[in-house]
Amino acid sequence: MILELKDVHTYYGTSHVLFGVSLDVDRGEVVCLMGRNGAGKSTTFRSVMGLSLPRAGTVLFHGKDVTRLKVHAKARMGIGYVPEDRQIFPELTVRENLEIGRSSGIRRADGWSVDRIYGLFPVLEKYDRKPGGQLSGGEQQMLTIGRTLMGNPELVLLDEPTEGLAPVVVIALKEMILRLKEMGTTILLSEQNVKFAAKVSDRVFIIDNGAIRYRNDIEGFRNDEAVQKRYLAV
Amino acid sequence: MAPSARQGAEGARAIRERAGNTLDSSLIVAQFISGLTSAMTLFLVASGLTLIFGVVNVFNFAHGSFYLLGAYFAYQVVAVSGVGFWAGVLLASLGAGAAGVLMEYFFLRRIYGRSGEAGFQILLTYSFILILDDVVKMIWGTDYKSISKPEALAGPLSVGEVTMPRYDLVVIAIGLAVAVGMWAAIRKTRFGRNLRAISSNREMASSLGVNVPLTLSLVFGLATALGGLSGAIAAPVRTVTPGAGIEVIIGSLIVVVIGGLGNFWGALVGALVIGEVTAFGILFLPQWAILFSYAVMALVLVFRPEGLLMKKGNAR
Ligand SMILES: Nc1ncnc2c1ncn2[C@@H]1O[C@H](COP(=O)(O)OP(=O)(O)O)[C@@H](O)[C@H]1O
Ligand SMILES: [Mg+2]
Repeated sequence: MILELKDVHTYYGTSHVLFGVSLDVDRGEVVCLMGRNGAGKSTTFRSVMGLSLPRAGTVLFHGKDVTRLKVHAKARMGIGYVPEDRQIFPELTVRENLEIGRSSGIRRADGWSVDRIYGLFPVLEKYDRKPGGQLSGGEQQMLTIGRTLMGNPELVLLDEPTEGLAPVVVIALKEMILRLKEMGTTILLSEQNVKFAAKVSDRVFIIDNGAIRYRNDIEGFRNDEAVQKRYLAV
Repeated sequence: MAPSARQGAEGARAIRERAGNTLDSSLIVAQFISGLTSAMTLFLVASGLTLIFGVVNVFNFAHGSFYLLGAYFAYQVVAVSGVGFWAGVLLASLGAGAAGVLMEYFFLRRIYGRSGEAGFQILLTYSFILILDDVVKMIWGTDYKSISKPEALAGPLSVGEVTMPRYDLVVIAIGLAVAVGMWAAIRKTRFGRNLRAISSNREMASSLGVNVPLTLSLVFGLATALGGLSGAIAAPVRTVTPGAGIEVIIGSLIVVVIGGLGNFWGALVGALVIGEVTAFGILFLPQWAILFSYAVMALVLVFRPEGLLMKKGNAR
Protein backbone atom coordinates (compact mmCIF):
# COMPACT_ATOMS: atom_id res chain seq x y z
CA MET A 1 0.00 0.00 0.00
CA ILE A 2 1.44 3.36 -0.98
CA LEU A 3 -1.03 5.55 0.94
CA GLU A 4 -3.31 4.78 3.82
CA LEU A 5 -5.51 7.07 5.91
CA LYS A 6 -6.69 5.65 9.22
CA ASP A 7 -9.55 7.30 11.07
CA VAL A 8 -8.51 10.87 10.16
CA HIS A 9 -10.29 13.73 11.96
CA THR A 10 -9.65 17.23 10.66
CA TYR A 11 -10.97 20.59 11.81
CA TYR A 12 -10.97 24.14 10.47
CA GLY A 13 -10.66 26.07 13.71
CA THR A 14 -13.51 24.72 15.81
CA SER A 15 -15.47 23.29 12.90
CA HIS A 16 -15.14 19.51 12.66
CA VAL A 17 -14.96 18.56 8.96
CA LEU A 18 -13.53 15.04 8.61
CA PHE A 19 -15.04 12.41 10.91
CA GLY A 20 -12.69 9.46 10.81
CA VAL A 21 -11.79 9.16 7.13
CA SER A 22 -10.07 5.87 6.22
CA LEU A 23 -8.95 4.96 2.72
CA ASP A 24 -6.10 3.24 0.98
CA VAL A 25 -4.35 3.41 -2.37
CA ASP A 26 -2.14 0.70 -3.85
CA ARG A 27 0.93 1.35 -5.91
CA GLY A 28 0.12 1.92 -9.59
CA GLU A 29 -3.62 2.41 -9.04
CA VAL A 30 -5.87 5.30 -9.97
CA VAL A 31 -8.29 5.71 -7.07
CA CYS A 32 -11.13 8.17 -7.20
CA LEU A 33 -12.54 9.98 -4.19
CA MET A 34 -16.05 11.06 -5.10
CA GLY A 35 -18.50 13.27 -3.28
CA ARG A 36 -20.65 16.36 -3.54
CA ASN A 37 -19.42 19.89 -3.01
CA GLY A 38 -18.52 20.31 0.63
CA ALA A 39 -18.31 16.56 1.27
CA GLY A 40 -14.67 16.78 2.41
CA LYS A 41 -12.62 15.77 -0.66
CA SER A 42 -10.27 18.74 -0.62
CA THR A 43 -9.92 18.57 3.14
CA THR A 44 -8.90 14.93 2.82
CA PHE A 45 -6.15 15.92 0.37
CA ARG A 46 -5.07 18.82 2.57
CA SER A 47 -4.89 16.40 5.50
CA VAL A 48 -2.61 14.08 3.53
CA MET A 49 -0.27 16.96 2.62
CA GLY A 50 -0.36 18.39 6.13
CA LEU A 51 -1.77 21.72 4.94
CA SER A 52 -4.60 21.07 7.40
CA LEU A 53 -3.17 18.92 10.16
CA PRO A 54 -5.42 16.07 11.32
CA ARG A 55 -6.23 16.30 15.03
CA ALA A 56 -6.54 12.56 15.27
CA GLY A 57 -5.81 9.59 13.05
CA THR A 58 -2.80 8.71 10.93
CA VAL A 59 -1.58 9.12 7.38
CA LEU A 60 0.78 6.36 6.26
CA PHE A 61 3.00 6.62 3.19
CA HIS A 62 4.64 3.31 2.30
CA GLY A 63 3.57 2.13 5.73
CA LYS A 64 5.41 4.94 7.51
CA ASP A 65 3.53 7.41 9.72
CA VAL A 66 3.91 10.79 8.02
CA THR A 67 0.94 12.55 9.62
CA ARG A 68 2.93 15.25 11.37
CA LEU A 69 5.74 15.72 8.89
CA LYS A 70 6.24 19.20 7.45
CA VAL A 71 4.50 19.86 4.14
CA HIS A 72 7.75 20.22 2.17
CA ALA A 73 9.08 17.00 3.69
CA LYS A 74 6.09 15.13 2.28
CA ALA A 75 6.66 16.63 -1.14
CA ARG A 76 10.28 15.51 -0.91
CA MET A 77 9.20 11.95 -0.07
CA GLY A 78 7.30 11.75 -3.35
CA ILE A 79 3.78 12.98 -2.65
CA GLY A 80 2.68 15.41 -5.35
CA TYR A 81 -0.31 17.68 -4.76
CA VAL A 82 -2.36 19.42 -7.45
CA PRO A 83 -4.86 21.70 -5.68
CA GLU A 84 -8.35 22.20 -7.04
CA ASP A 85 -8.13 25.94 -7.62
CA ARG A 86 -4.98 25.83 -9.81
CA GLN A 87 -2.74 27.78 -7.57
CA ILE A 88 -0.14 28.67 -10.15
CA PHE A 89 2.30 31.46 -9.29
CA PRO A 90 0.87 34.19 -11.53
CA GLU A 91 3.95 36.45 -11.54
CA LEU A 92 6.43 33.65 -12.25
CA THR A 93 6.95 32.63 -15.85
CA VAL A 94 5.58 29.32 -17.05
CA ARG A 95 9.10 27.91 -17.03
CA GLU A 96 9.75 29.18 -13.50
CA ASN A 97 6.46 27.64 -12.37
CA LEU A 98 7.65 24.32 -13.75
CA GLU A 99 11.17 24.64 -12.36
CA ILE A 100 9.92 25.29 -8.86
CA GLY A 101 8.30 21.87 -9.08
CA ARG A 102 11.81 20.42 -8.95
CA SER A 103 12.11 21.59 -5.33
CA SER A 104 11.11 18.08 -4.24
CA GLY A 105 14.70 17.19 -5.06
CA ILE A 106 13.66 13.79 -6.45
CA ARG A 107 15.75 13.11 -9.56
CA ARG A 108 15.35 10.13 -11.82
CA ALA A 109 17.04 9.21 -15.06
CA ASP A 110 13.60 8.79 -16.65
CA GLY A 111 12.25 11.78 -14.71
CA TRP A 112 10.30 14.79 -15.92
CA SER A 113 11.93 17.84 -17.48
CA VAL A 114 10.50 21.10 -18.79
CA ASP A 115 10.79 19.76 -22.33
CA ARG A 116 8.94 16.57 -21.47
CA ILE A 117 6.14 18.58 -19.83
CA TYR A 118 5.92 20.65 -23.03
CA GLY A 119 5.66 17.35 -24.89
CA LEU A 120 2.78 16.30 -22.66
CA PHE A 121 1.03 19.70 -22.84
CA PRO A 122 2.17 21.30 -26.12
CA VAL A 123 0.08 24.47 -25.57
CA LEU A 124 2.32 25.49 -22.67
CA GLU A 125 5.50 25.79 -24.73
CA LYS A 126 4.60 29.04 -26.44
CA TYR A 127 4.15 30.73 -23.04
CA ASP A 128 7.58 29.62 -21.82
CA ARG A 129 8.80 33.09 -20.76
CA LYS A 130 5.37 34.60 -20.10
CA PRO A 131 3.87 35.03 -16.63
CA GLY A 132 1.64 32.11 -15.63
CA GLY A 133 -1.16 34.56 -14.87
CA GLN A 134 -1.67 35.08 -18.63
CA LEU A 135 -2.81 31.49 -19.20
CA SER A 136 -6.45 30.44 -19.64
CA GLY A 137 -8.13 28.24 -17.04
CA GLY A 138 -7.44 25.02 -18.95
CA GLU A 139 -3.83 25.97 -19.59
CA GLN A 140 -3.38 26.83 -15.93
CA GLN A 141 -4.71 23.41 -14.99
CA MET A 142 -2.11 21.80 -17.26
CA LEU A 143 0.59 24.01 -15.77
CA THR A 144 -0.40 23.02 -12.22
CA ILE A 145 -0.25 19.35 -13.12
CA GLY A 146 3.01 19.75 -15.01
CA ARG A 147 4.52 21.67 -12.11
CA THR A 148 3.73 18.85 -9.69
CA LEU A 149 5.02 16.19 -12.12
CA MET A 150 8.35 18.03 -12.30
CA GLY A 151 8.97 16.78 -8.76
CA ASN A 152 8.80 13.17 -10.04
CA PRO A 153 6.20 12.16 -7.43
CA GLU A 154 5.33 8.52 -6.86
CA LEU A 155 1.83 9.47 -5.78
CA VAL A 156 -0.17 12.36 -7.22
CA LEU A 157 -3.15 13.87 -5.41
CA LEU A 158 -5.31 15.42 -8.14
CA ASP A 159 -8.09 17.52 -6.65
CA GLU A 160 -11.04 17.92 -9.04
CA PRO A 161 -8.91 18.50 -12.14
CA THR A 162 -11.86 18.73 -14.55
CA GLU A 163 -13.81 21.35 -12.60
CA GLY A 164 -14.92 24.17 -14.89
CA LEU A 165 -12.93 22.99 -17.91
CA ALA A 166 -14.07 22.82 -21.54
CA PRO A 167 -14.89 19.29 -22.86
CA VAL A 168 -11.79 19.15 -25.09
CA VAL A 169 -9.55 19.92 -22.16
CA VAL A 170 -11.31 17.25 -20.10
CA ILE A 171 -10.54 14.70 -22.83
CA ALA A 172 -6.89 15.77 -22.83
CA LEU A 173 -6.80 15.35 -19.06
CA LYS A 174 -8.29 11.88 -19.28
CA GLU A 175 -5.59 10.85 -21.73
CA MET A 176 -2.94 12.40 -19.56
CA ILE A 177 -4.10 10.48 -16.49
CA LEU A 178 -4.10 7.20 -18.43
CA ARG A 179 -0.58 7.93 -19.68
CA LEU A 180 0.67 8.67 -16.18
CA LYS A 181 -0.87 5.42 -14.99
CA GLU A 182 0.89 3.55 -17.78
CA MET A 183 4.14 5.12 -16.63
CA GLY A 184 3.54 3.70 -13.16
CA THR A 185 2.45 6.85 -11.31
CA THR A 186 -0.12 6.26 -8.58
CA ILE A 187 -3.00 8.72 -8.57
CA LEU A 188 -5.59 9.66 -5.99
CA LEU A 189 -8.15 11.73 -7.82
CA SER A 190 -11.17 13.61 -6.54
CA GLU A 191 -14.08 14.02 -8.89
CA GLN A 192 -17.82 14.63 -9.06
CA ASN A 193 -18.31 13.49 -12.64
CA VAL A 194 -19.20 9.79 -12.68
CA LYS A 195 -18.42 9.32 -16.37
CA PHE A 196 -14.96 10.80 -16.07
CA ALA A 197 -14.21 8.80 -12.92
CA ALA A 198 -15.38 5.58 -14.55
CA LYS A 199 -13.08 6.12 -17.53
CA VAL A 200 -9.86 6.59 -15.57
CA SER A 201 -10.19 4.91 -12.17
CA ASP A 202 -9.60 1.41 -10.82
CA ARG A 203 -11.45 1.92 -7.56
CA VAL A 204 -13.82 4.41 -5.99
CA PHE A 205 -14.42 5.79 -2.50
CA ILE A 206 -17.41 8.00 -1.78
CA ILE A 207 -17.16 10.62 0.92
CA ASP A 208 -20.19 12.41 2.34
CA ASN A 209 -20.41 14.76 5.31
CA GLY A 210 -16.78 14.09 6.15
CA ALA A 211 -16.87 10.28 6.30
CA ILE A 212 -16.33 7.48 3.76
CA ARG A 213 -19.75 5.96 2.99
CA TYR A 214 -18.91 3.58 0.16
CA ARG A 215 -16.01 1.78 -1.48
CA ASN A 216 -15.98 -0.47 -4.50
CA ASP A 217 -14.06 -1.35 -7.66
CA ILE A 218 -14.98 0.58 -10.77
CA GLU A 219 -17.18 -2.15 -12.30
CA GLY A 220 -19.30 -2.44 -9.18
CA PHE A 221 -19.60 1.34 -8.85
CA ARG A 222 -20.55 1.87 -12.49
CA ASN A 223 -23.52 -0.47 -12.12
CA ASP A 224 -24.62 0.81 -8.74
CA GLU A 225 -26.98 3.59 -9.76
CA ALA A 226 -28.64 3.74 -6.36
CA VAL A 227 -25.36 4.78 -4.75
CA GLN A 228 -24.62 7.29 -7.49
CA LYS A 229 -28.05 8.87 -6.97
CA ARG A 230 -27.75 8.90 -3.24
CA TYR A 231 -24.31 10.48 -2.87
CA LEU A 232 -23.65 12.29 -6.12
CA ALA A 233 -25.62 14.80 -8.10
CA VAL A 234 -26.29 12.68 -11.17
CA MET B 1 16.83 60.96 10.44
CA ALA B 2 16.88 63.68 13.01
CA PRO B 3 20.56 63.52 13.93
CA SER B 4 21.65 63.37 10.34
CA ALA B 5 19.47 66.34 9.59
CA ARG B 6 20.89 68.16 12.58
CA GLN B 7 24.45 67.35 11.65
CA GLY B 8 23.68 68.06 8.06
CA ALA B 9 22.29 71.45 9.03
CA GLU B 10 25.45 72.31 10.91
CA GLY B 11 27.51 71.02 8.03
CA ALA B 12 25.55 73.05 5.54
CA ARG B 13 25.88 76.18 7.62
CA ALA B 14 29.62 75.67 7.84
CA ILE B 15 29.84 75.09 4.13
CA ARG B 16 27.78 78.18 3.40
CA GLU B 17 29.87 80.34 5.67
CA ARG B 18 32.96 79.14 3.91
CA ALA B 19 31.35 79.75 0.57
CA GLY B 20 30.34 83.23 1.64
CA ASN B 21 26.69 82.27 1.41
CA THR B 22 26.72 81.90 -2.33
CA LEU B 23 25.24 78.76 -3.77
CA ASP B 24 27.93 77.74 -6.19
CA SER B 25 27.84 74.50 -8.11
CA SER B 26 30.36 72.73 -5.87
CA LEU B 27 28.04 73.28 -2.92
CA ILE B 28 25.14 71.82 -4.84
CA VAL B 29 27.23 68.81 -5.78
CA ALA B 30 28.37 68.37 -2.20
CA GLN B 31 24.80 68.41 -0.96
CA PHE B 32 23.74 66.04 -3.71
CA ILE B 33 26.46 63.57 -2.68
CA SER B 34 25.48 63.90 0.96
CA GLY B 35 21.85 63.23 -0.03
CA LEU B 36 22.89 60.15 -1.96
CA THR B 37 24.89 58.89 0.99
CA SER B 38 22.00 59.08 3.42
CA ALA B 39 19.71 57.71 0.69
CA MET B 40 21.87 54.60 0.48
CA THR B 41 21.92 53.98 4.22
CA LEU B 42 18.13 54.43 4.22
CA PHE B 43 17.78 52.15 1.23
CA LEU B 44 19.71 49.35 2.92
CA VAL B 45 17.27 49.43 5.83
CA ALA B 46 14.14 50.01 3.77
CA SER B 47 14.93 47.29 1.23
CA GLY B 48 15.17 44.76 4.06
CA LEU B 49 11.94 46.04 5.54
CA THR B 50 10.20 45.71 2.21
CA LEU B 51 11.72 42.27 1.56
CA ILE B 52 10.48 40.96 4.90
CA PHE B 53 7.06 42.42 4.25
CA GLY B 54 6.85 41.01 0.73
CA VAL B 55 8.05 37.50 1.52
CA VAL B 56 7.45 36.87 5.22
CA ASN B 57 4.35 39.06 5.33
CA VAL B 58 5.47 40.74 8.51
CA PHE B 59 5.88 44.46 9.07
CA ASN B 60 9.02 44.48 11.17
CA PHE B 61 8.85 47.61 13.32
CA ALA B 62 12.08 46.48 14.94
CA HIS B 63 13.96 46.70 11.66
CA GLY B 64 15.66 49.95 12.63
CA SER B 65 17.01 48.20 15.70
CA PHE B 66 19.16 45.99 13.50
CA TYR B 67 20.68 49.18 12.08
CA LEU B 68 21.37 50.05 15.70
CA LEU B 69 22.92 46.66 16.39
CA GLY B 70 25.04 46.93 13.26
CA ALA B 71 26.37 50.31 14.38
CA TYR B 72 27.23 49.08 17.89
CA PHE B 73 28.70 45.81 16.68
CA ALA B 74 30.91 47.81 14.32
CA TYR B 75 31.92 50.11 17.18
CA GLN B 76 32.74 47.09 19.31
CA VAL B 77 34.88 45.22 16.81
CA VAL B 78 36.51 48.21 15.11
CA ALA B 79 36.94 50.83 17.83
CA VAL B 80 37.24 48.54 20.87
CA SER B 81 38.74 45.29 19.57
CA GLY B 82 40.78 46.93 16.83
CA VAL B 83 39.67 44.75 13.94
CA GLY B 84 40.14 46.30 10.49
CA PHE B 85 37.30 48.53 9.36
CA TRP B 86 35.87 46.46 6.51
CA ALA B 87 36.25 43.19 8.37
CA GLY B 88 34.39 44.92 11.19
CA VAL B 89 31.61 46.01 8.85
CA LEU B 90 31.29 42.44 7.63
CA LEU B 91 31.20 41.03 11.16
CA ALA B 92 28.65 43.65 12.23
CA SER B 93 26.37 42.76 9.33
CA LEU B 94 26.66 39.06 10.08
CA GLY B 95 25.99 39.74 13.76
CA ALA B 96 22.86 41.74 13.00
CA GLY B 97 21.72 39.02 10.59
CA ALA B 98 22.26 36.35 13.23
CA ALA B 99 20.23 38.40 15.72
CA GLY B 100 17.48 38.67 13.10
CA VAL B 101 17.44 34.92 12.53
CA LEU B 102 17.13 34.35 16.29
CA MET B 103 14.26 36.81 16.53
CA GLU B 104 12.45 35.09 13.64
CA TYR B 105 13.14 31.58 14.84
CA PHE B 106 12.24 31.96 18.50
CA PHE B 107 9.50 34.58 18.31
CA LEU B 108 7.95 35.62 14.99
CA ARG B 109 7.66 32.06 13.72
CA ARG B 110 5.24 31.30 16.53
CA ILE B 111 2.66 33.81 15.37
CA TYR B 112 2.60 33.13 11.60
CA GLY B 113 -0.89 32.31 10.41
CA ARG B 114 -2.46 32.92 13.80
CA SER B 115 -5.80 34.66 13.56
CA GLY B 116 -5.36 38.35 14.22
CA GLU B 117 -1.71 37.89 13.26
CA ALA B 118 -1.26 41.54 12.30
CA GLY B 119 -1.98 42.73 15.82
CA PHE B 120 0.46 40.25 17.34
CA GLN B 121 3.09 41.27 14.80
CA ILE B 122 2.84 44.92 15.77
CA LEU B 123 3.07 44.13 19.48
CA LEU B 124 5.90 41.66 19.06
CA THR B 125 8.06 43.65 16.66
CA TYR B 126 7.43 46.88 18.58
CA SER B 127 8.45 45.21 21.81
CA PHE B 128 11.73 44.28 20.15
CA ILE B 129 12.51 47.97 19.58
CA LEU B 130 12.31 48.47 23.34
CA ILE B 131 14.16 45.26 24.17
CA LEU B 132 17.04 45.85 21.75
CA ASP B 133 17.29 49.50 22.80
CA ASP B 134 17.70 48.42 26.42
CA VAL B 135 20.11 45.65 25.55
CA VAL B 136 22.28 48.18 23.74
CA LYS B 137 22.12 50.60 26.69
CA MET B 138 23.03 47.82 29.11
CA ILE B 139 26.05 46.73 27.09
CA TRP B 140 27.38 50.02 25.72
CA GLY B 141 25.81 52.69 27.94
CA THR B 142 24.09 55.84 26.75
CA ASP B 143 27.13 57.89 25.68
CA TYR B 144 27.65 58.74 22.07
CA LYS B 145 30.10 56.44 20.39
CA SER B 146 32.04 57.01 17.24
CA ILE B 147 34.36 55.11 15.00
CA SER B 148 36.68 56.64 12.49
CA LYS B 149 36.64 56.13 8.78
CA PRO B 150 39.30 53.88 7.32
CA GLU B 151 42.37 56.07 6.80
CA ALA B 152 42.56 55.61 3.08
CA LEU B 153 39.07 57.05 2.71
CA ALA B 154 39.30 59.83 5.28
CA GLY B 155 40.09 62.64 2.87
CA PRO B 156 38.22 64.23 0.01
CA LEU B 157 38.48 63.41 -3.65
CA SER B 158 38.86 66.44 -5.92
CA VAL B 159 37.63 66.42 -9.46
CA GLY B 160 38.26 69.84 -10.95
CA GLU B 161 36.41 72.38 -8.81
CA VAL B 162 34.41 69.78 -6.98
CA THR B 163 35.57 67.96 -3.88
CA MET B 164 33.74 64.91 -2.64
CA PRO B 165 34.29 62.90 0.54
CA ARG B 166 35.84 59.60 -0.52
CA TYR B 167 34.05 57.63 2.17
CA ASP B 168 30.63 58.85 1.01
CA LEU B 169 31.40 57.69 -2.50
CA VAL B 170 32.19 54.25 -1.17
CA VAL B 171 28.92 54.17 0.78
CA ILE B 172 27.02 55.11 -2.37
CA ALA B 173 28.82 52.40 -4.32
CA ILE B 174 27.97 49.81 -1.66
CA GLY B 175 24.30 50.83 -1.74
CA LEU B 176 24.14 50.58 -5.52
CA ALA B 177 25.99 47.26 -5.51
CA VAL B 178 23.53 45.86 -2.97
CA ALA B 179 20.60 47.12 -5.06
CA VAL B 180 21.88 45.45 -8.22
CA GLY B 181 22.95 42.32 -6.36
CA MET B 182 19.59 41.93 -4.66
CA TRP B 183 17.73 42.53 -7.88
CA ALA B 184 19.78 39.86 -9.63
CA ALA B 185 19.36 37.45 -6.73
CA ILE B 186 15.59 37.90 -6.71
CA ARG B 187 15.13 37.70 -10.48
CA LYS B 188 17.82 35.27 -11.58
CA THR B 189 18.56 32.73 -8.86
CA ARG B 190 16.76 29.69 -7.53
CA PHE B 191 16.62 31.24 -4.09
CA GLY B 192 15.03 34.38 -5.55
CA ARG B 193 12.51 32.35 -7.50
CA ASN B 194 11.56 30.56 -4.29
CA LEU B 195 11.14 33.92 -2.57
CA ARG B 196 8.80 35.14 -5.28
CA ALA B 197 6.82 31.91 -5.11
CA ILE B 198 6.55 32.06 -1.31
CA SER B 199 5.51 35.69 -1.51
CA SER B 200 2.70 34.75 -3.87
CA ASN B 201 1.52 31.49 -2.25
CA ARG B 202 3.25 30.02 0.76
CA GLU B 203 1.17 26.84 0.97
CA MET B 204 1.70 25.99 -2.67
CA ALA B 205 5.44 26.59 -2.48
CA SER B 206 5.76 24.20 0.46
CA SER B 207 3.52 21.63 -1.26
CA LEU B 208 6.07 21.56 -4.07
CA GLY B 209 8.92 20.87 -1.67
CA VAL B 210 10.26 24.36 -0.93
CA ASN B 211 11.48 24.50 2.66
CA VAL B 212 9.41 27.54 3.56
CA PRO B 213 10.30 27.84 7.27
CA LEU B 214 14.03 27.77 6.46
CA THR B 215 13.61 30.26 3.61
CA LEU B 216 11.69 32.67 5.84
CA SER B 217 14.48 32.52 8.44
CA LEU B 218 17.08 33.17 5.75
CA VAL B 219 15.11 36.13 4.37
CA PHE B 220 14.86 37.55 7.84
CA GLY B 221 18.57 37.05 8.35
CA LEU B 222 19.46 38.60 5.01
CA ALA B 223 17.23 41.61 5.57
CA THR B 224 18.46 42.26 9.10
CA ALA B 225 22.06 41.83 7.91
CA LEU B 226 21.41 44.63 5.39
CA GLY B 227 20.06 46.74 8.25
CA GLY B 228 23.23 45.95 10.20
CA LEU B 229 25.39 46.81 7.18
CA SER B 230 23.63 50.17 6.99
CA GLY B 231 24.30 50.91 10.65
CA ALA B 232 27.92 49.81 10.38
CA ILE B 233 28.79 51.93 7.34
CA ALA B 234 26.84 54.90 8.69
CA ALA B 235 28.65 54.73 12.05
CA PRO B 236 31.67 56.82 10.96
CA VAL B 237 29.48 59.60 9.50
CA ARG B 238 26.81 59.70 12.19
CA THR B 239 27.27 59.34 15.89
CA VAL B 240 26.15 56.03 17.32
CA THR B 241 23.42 56.51 19.93
CA PRO B 242 20.78 54.21 21.42
CA GLY B 243 17.85 56.16 19.94
CA ALA B 244 19.00 55.58 16.36
CA GLY B 245 16.79 52.51 15.88
CA ILE B 246 13.58 54.49 16.12
CA GLU B 247 14.83 57.35 13.97
CA VAL B 248 15.87 54.92 11.24
CA ILE B 249 12.61 52.99 11.28
CA ILE B 250 10.65 56.23 10.91
CA GLY B 251 12.83 57.23 7.97
CA SER B 252 12.40 53.79 6.40
CA LEU B 253 8.68 53.89 6.97
CA ILE B 254 8.50 57.12 4.99
CA VAL B 255 10.63 55.53 2.28
CA VAL B 256 8.44 52.45 1.92
CA VAL B 257 5.27 54.52 1.93
CA ILE B 258 6.69 56.55 -0.95
CA GLY B 259 7.98 53.54 -2.86
CA GLY B 260 5.16 51.14 -2.11
CA LEU B 261 5.51 48.56 0.66
CA GLY B 262 6.86 45.28 -0.70
CA ASN B 263 8.28 46.96 -3.81
CA PHE B 264 12.04 46.57 -4.08
CA TRP B 265 12.77 49.34 -6.60
CA GLY B 266 10.26 51.48 -4.74
CA ALA B 267 12.54 51.32 -1.72
CA LEU B 268 15.42 52.64 -3.81
CA VAL B 269 13.36 55.43 -5.38
CA GLY B 270 11.83 56.34 -2.02
CA ALA B 271 15.26 56.46 -0.38
CA LEU B 272 16.67 58.65 -3.15
CA VAL B 273 13.71 61.03 -2.91
CA ILE B 274 13.95 61.33 0.87
CA GLY B 275 17.76 61.53 0.88
CA GLU B 276 17.81 64.38 -1.63
CA VAL B 277 14.75 66.21 -0.31
CA THR B 278 16.35 66.25 3.13
CA ALA B 279 19.78 67.23 1.81
CA PHE B 280 18.48 70.17 -0.22
CA GLY B 281 15.93 71.06 2.44
CA ILE B 282 18.88 71.53 4.78
CA LEU B 283 20.62 73.72 2.26
CA PHE B 284 17.74 76.08 1.63
CA LEU B 285 15.58 75.98 4.74
CA PRO B 286 17.53 74.17 7.44
CA GLN B 287 14.97 74.68 10.19
CA TRP B 288 12.26 73.04 8.05
CA ALA B 289 14.37 70.24 6.61
CA ILE B 290 12.85 67.39 8.58
CA LEU B 291 9.35 68.47 7.70
CA PHE B 292 9.98 68.13 3.98
CA SER B 293 10.20 64.37 4.06
CA TYR B 294 6.92 64.15 5.97
CA ALA B 295 5.36 66.50 3.46
CA VAL B 296 6.49 64.29 0.57
CA MET B 297 5.05 61.27 2.33
CA ALA B 298 1.75 63.05 2.94
CA LEU B 299 1.53 64.04 -0.74
CA VAL B 300 2.20 60.46 -1.83
CA LEU B 301 -0.41 59.16 0.59
CA VAL B 302 -2.97 61.57 -0.80
CA PHE B 303 -2.24 61.19 -4.52
CA ARG B 304 -0.57 57.75 -4.91
CA PRO B 305 -1.50 55.84 -1.77
CA GLU B 306 -0.25 52.59 -3.31
CA GLY B 307 3.23 54.12 -3.68
CA LEU B 308 5.06 55.72 -6.57
CA LEU B 309 6.14 52.47 -8.22
CA MET B 310 3.27 50.25 -7.24
CA LYS B 311 0.80 48.93 -9.73
CA LYS B 312 -2.55 48.47 -8.07
CA GLY B 313 -3.00 44.99 -6.59
CA ASN B 314 0.58 43.99 -7.25
CA ALA B 315 2.72 42.98 -4.32
CA ARG B 316 6.04 43.49 -6.06
N1 LIG C 1 -10.99 27.06 5.17
C1 LIG C 1 -12.13 26.55 5.66
N2 LIG C 1 -12.62 27.01 6.83
C2 LIG C 1 -13.77 26.50 7.35
N3 LIG C 1 -14.49 25.56 6.76
C3 LIG C 1 -14.05 25.04 5.60
C4 LIG C 1 -12.84 25.52 4.99
N4 LIG C 1 -12.66 24.84 3.84
C5 LIG C 1 -13.69 23.98 3.74
N5 LIG C 1 -14.51 24.11 4.79
C6 LIG C 1 -15.72 23.30 5.03
O1 LIG C 1 -15.33 21.96 5.13
C7 LIG C 1 -16.25 21.13 4.48
C8 LIG C 1 -15.55 20.27 3.46
O2 LIG C 1 -15.02 21.11 2.45
P1 LIG C 1 -14.10 20.57 1.28
O3 LIG C 1 -13.12 19.61 1.84
O4 LIG C 1 -13.58 21.74 0.55
O5 LIG C 1 -15.17 19.77 0.39
P2 LIG C 1 -15.07 19.32 -1.13
O6 LIG C 1 -13.68 19.45 -1.59
O7 LIG C 1 -15.55 17.91 -1.10
O8 LIG C 1 -16.00 20.20 -1.90
C9 LIG C 1 -17.32 22.04 3.88
O9 LIG C 1 -18.43 22.06 4.75
C10 LIG C 1 -16.67 23.38 3.86
O10 LIG C 1 -17.61 24.39 4.04
MG1 LIG D 1 -12.97 20.53 -3.13
